[in-house]
Amino acid sequence: MPTLLYRMLLSLALLLPLTSHAGDAADFVAASPARQAQLLESWAAAPDPARLPLLDALQNGRLVGDIAKQPFIEQDGRYVAVEDAAQPQGIPKKLRLNNRLRGLLATTQASHQLLDQDSTVRLAAARQLQKSAKPAQLALLDARLAAEDDKAVRDALALALANLQLVDSDPAVRLAAVRLLGESGEPLARTRLEALLASAESDSRVRKAAQTSLSQVERRLLLGELLGQAFSGLSLGSILLLAALGLAITFGLLGVINMAHGEMLMLGAYTTWLVQGAFQKFAPGYLDLYPLAALPVAFLVTAAIGMALERTVIRHLYGRPLETLLATWGISLILIQAVRVLFGAQNVEVANPSWLSGGLQLLPNLVLPYSRLAIIGFALFVVVLTWLLLNRTRLGLNVRAVTQNRNMAACCGVPTGRVDMLAFGLGSGIAGLGGVALSQIGNVGPDLGQSYIIDSFLVVVLGGVGQLAGTVMAASGLGIANKLLEPQIGAVLGKILILALIILFIQKRPQGLFALKGRVID
Amino acid sequence: MNAATTHQADLPLDTGHLVGKGVNVRHGTILTLEGINVSFDGFKALTDLNLYIGVGELRCIIGPNGAGKTTMMDVITGKTRPDSGEAWFGEQLDLTRMSEVQIAQAGIGRKFQKPTVFEALSVFENLELAQKTDKSVLASLRARLSGAQRDRIDEVLATIRLEGSRQRPAGLLSHGQKQFLEIGMLLMQEPHLLLLDEPVAGMTDAETEFTAELFKSLARKHSLMVVEHDMGFVDAIADHVTVLHQGHVLAEGSLEQVQANERVIEVYLGR
Amino acid sequence: MNMPMNPMPLNNSLLARAAGKLGPRASLGLGLLVLAVLVALPLLHLLPADSALHVSAYTLTLVGKILCYAVVALALDLVWGYAGMLSLGHGLFFALGGYAMGMYLMRESAGDGLPAFMTFLSWTELPWYWYGTSSFLWTLCLVVLAPGLLALVFGFFAFRSRIKGVYFSIMTQSLTFAGMLLFFRNETGFGGNNGFTSFRSILGFDITATGTRAVLFLCIVALLAGSLYLGLRLARSKFGRVLTALRDAENRLMFCGYDPRGYKLFIWVLSAVLCGLAGALYVPLVGIINPSEMSPTNSIEAAVWVALGGRGTLIGPLLGAGLVNGMKSWFTVAFPEYWLFFLGALFIVITLYLPKGVIGLLRKEKEQ
Repeated sequence: MPTLLYRMLLSLALLLPLTSHAGDAADFVAASPARQAQLLESWAAAPDPARLPLLDALQNGRLVGDIAKQPFIEQDGRYVAVEDAAQPQGIPKKLRLNNRLRGLLATTQASHQLLDQDSTVRLAAARQLQKSAKPAQLALLDARLAAEDDKAVRDALALALANLQLVDSDPAVRLAAVRLLGESGEPLARTRLEALLASAESDSRVRKAAQTSLSQVERRLLLGELLGQAFSGLSLGSILLLAALGLAITFGLLGVINMAHGEMLMLGAYTTWLVQGAFQKFAPGYLDLYPLAALPVAFLVTAAIGMALERTVIRHLYGRPLETLLATWGISLILIQAVRVLFGAQNVEVANPSWLSGGLQLLPNLVLPYSRLAIIGFALFVVVLTWLLLNRTRLGLNVRAVTQNRNMAACCGVPTGRVDMLAFGLGSGIAGLGGVALSQIGNVGPDLGQSYIIDSFLVVVLGGVGQLAGTVMAASGLGIANKLLEPQIGAVLGKILILALIILFIQKRPQGLFALKGRVID
Repeated sequence: MNAATTHQADLPLDTGHLVGKGVNVRHGTILTLEGINVSFDGFKALTDLNLYIGVGELRCIIGPNGAGKTTMMDVITGKTRPDSGEAWFGEQLDLTRMSEVQIAQAGIGRKFQKPTVFEALSVFENLELAQKTDKSVLASLRARLSGAQRDRIDEVLATIRLEGSRQRPAGLLSHGQKQFLEIGMLLMQEPHLLLLDEPVAGMTDAETEFTAELFKSLARKHSLMVVEHDMGFVDAIADHVTVLHQGHVLAEGSLEQVQANERVIEVYLGR
Repeated sequence: MNMPMNPMPLNNSLLARAAGKLGPRASLGLGLLVLAVLVALPLLHLLPADSALHVSAYTLTLVGKILCYAVVALALDLVWGYAGMLSLGHGLFFALGGYAMGMYLMRESAGDGLPAFMTFLSWTELPWYWYGTSSFLWTLCLVVLAPGLLALVFGFFAFRSRIKGVYFSIMTQSLTFAGMLLFFRNETGFGGNNGFTSFRSILGFDITATGTRAVLFLCIVALLAGSLYLGLRLARSKFGRVLTALRDAENRLMFCGYDPRGYKLFIWVLSAVLCGLAGALYVPLVGIINPSEMSPTNSIEAAVWVALGGRGTLIGPLLGAGLVNGMKSWFTVAFPEYWLFFLGALFIVITLYLPKGVIGLLRKEKEQ
């Protein structure tokens, strides 16, 4: 069994440093929680790289102790002795840490990581210490600041130090710390400064400087917050756009509202899940690429279902928009229940591929997740594609002709029946693409479509019929308005306010934002 | 969006006060259109249109397709608001400031190009609804037909020769019968001015002849404005003809006069 | 859109015409028979439980529930079948009436204290809109005012800007959706998720007592009969004919000198108030009201009752509400998995093959 041997050797190698440092692990295992806290604090003030494996094991919950209080590290179900421990006596028990100890452990680990070779590790450690450093670590931070050569790490360390110095007994030190905090754009700096102002700070110069610093920090933070809201608004808008685009096409063309449109989103998301499953099974090596493969599959699946619905149900109801609404609602009930029966009522797990996880940190309080960035880009891509399809192809010409005057188009030899079917397929297919996008940022369950359908209707109402520009503007407008109102008055009241605003808006422009003008026909 | 599609929204709900008021026609003109301009997205439907219709006159409007005939009717009935220009009903009623309902109640009746009647209601009920009376919600809730009103409906039924179909649903009538029913509904409204958009389209020759007689008998008591393509019909009824072309008046006069007009010939026959 | 809004132009005269086929005597007799059965049910409920003719509380509640739904169906038919406006938000008005009554019942069971859910949120006083809800009389006013005023305001703006057809349907659906979200919040002061439940008494009478239940049931029967009579009077009046005209040719009607806005607003508010009343009687009978009554699904289901029975008739909606809800109670016990399939298929089949509903089918049978 070469692998087993290899593993044992490896773990031995890992444990070597521990043996040289006799006692830390044993001390810790034997100590009471209060003593453990003291130990952690003292280790934090004087980090030793040799202690890292012990801390890691502690953090992962792999440090165990037997009844004789001998320390072991659990590895693949075996107990590897640490330091001078002999065979475990009885079944060793895991060391349980309370929340306070967990916090201390994080600080201690960060302290140790400050000594790491890798500057990103050091940066993360410094950030951690900004939140949790203890006064006992002052000397350490000072020393590390002096020795640090990476700019970003230095800044972060300086802030961590400033945080500590705020409680220094010397007003001059406090003043310097306050000024330093004023340079920061971190949300934490604001908290600290606010705490200082709320405390019994006696020195007036420090108070004044703290005021100035606070307003500086707040200005920087406000920018990040506003940009963050605008971004999540855009992100919501792009999702609404993907949901409403197909709806707008079919509504413009056929004058019918497809209540099952939301279910096309849902089916698109489930298709993504199935494609993910297929990749896991047959091509695990290419798993990261599954969303790309899911796009055409979802488009084809939903477009096929949409065309089938058009052929079997909707085409028999043309000229009866209210009946179509009811019939498509019936279809949506059946689709939801079918998915429930087939795949269960629970949400299914769709994981982000690695290239979509994580995010772009623009400001200390502004992270743009890659998945959302990708969806905004994707939505734009779909809009451009749809525009090209509608304005640069024969099918698009036919669709526009039928939208504007069905009878005339039929007289000119446009096969209206076929155009209806293809347009319905296109609308449903776009919803399927939207479903792939949705699966990357939210839960995938049978009710997925229901939560988007009303908002997408509002987009269509607001944007007017037959105009891509109207749909795009309405979707992003609604998205941003939603997200800007949310922090002020809450999500629910925001939604209600938006509904009221739309009703008032239609008073002025009954045909939506971008209506085709002309002699009123009815 | 221009005013054309946003109209009415700001008008008050209450329109009852106009009912029953006479129209001031001191100067003998029932309808005055001056300098009317309407454009849709840059397309000029009406340009600087001037038109006057006298009390008791029967005026025919002719013109090629797209000349602006229907748009002009839309302006008169308040369906479309002009970009500029004045539209007066009599001397005192500014049509550009009234809603469709107010205009109808003031005494302008309109027959659409495509006959529109209330298909689910019987012929009798169609006429009943059109009858000139208080048309508010409360009045409708309490309404009972008086003997005189019944007689009036029977009279109109006889005029439009639909006595035999009084209880038939209007949706089952033939195209020509629907045309007559709609004319009958106009008569029930007792309007001062009737706008008729292609009233004899789809009628047999006999029906057309009868309609011509009917219209001639209506003139003097009412003012009529008839849009029609059928020159035989126009010849039979009109004493005065207006030719519209590209949104403004090309020629006016008797049918013979306008038929002799070179510009009219050019427009109709091409160079 | 220049599409005819209504596919069924030729069925104005409602009950009269349906009955005409049956013969007026026969249909009157049938109506009286149904009424007699409905009045007898609560009386039989009063019999001792071991009697062979005893009607169980379950049955009585179920039938009462369906009768409340029948009122909703009738109210919806007035706006949809007659005036051509498909509302997908009638559940909101139903729930508002129910909540108004629920407030009274909560106060009644809380005595001098606050309703239990408020104590749970550690509120110390009643929100202002709960003022006076311990009075039954004011509650009755609220039952009418809450749905009535909301319908008035919404209708005023909607009809003013000529929102119609599918636009109107969508806006009403969003309205009830917004209402549901609002009532789901604890801070709104209507019990959040759980709504109102565990009522004790109404006007001092034990709410679970057989006598109380029987009286409530009779009230519901009276409401249904009253609504039916009102609908009949309206449909036969000139007002009803104007509504039908409005549905088929709104423009023509305007050029006849009628202002559609007033007509629409009147029937819309009336319909909302009827729904509110039905909700107010539903809550004490069933013993619970929560925001899910406002879910768009509920409202759109009401549309299928009307469509199944036959819209533009007065008996159709009642029949539809009875049939669908009867089937629902059976299905959800026998095949819970398949109820939604069935309901969905019902939506499709009715719109495709039964545009005039069961009543239309019966008429056709009669004609052949």
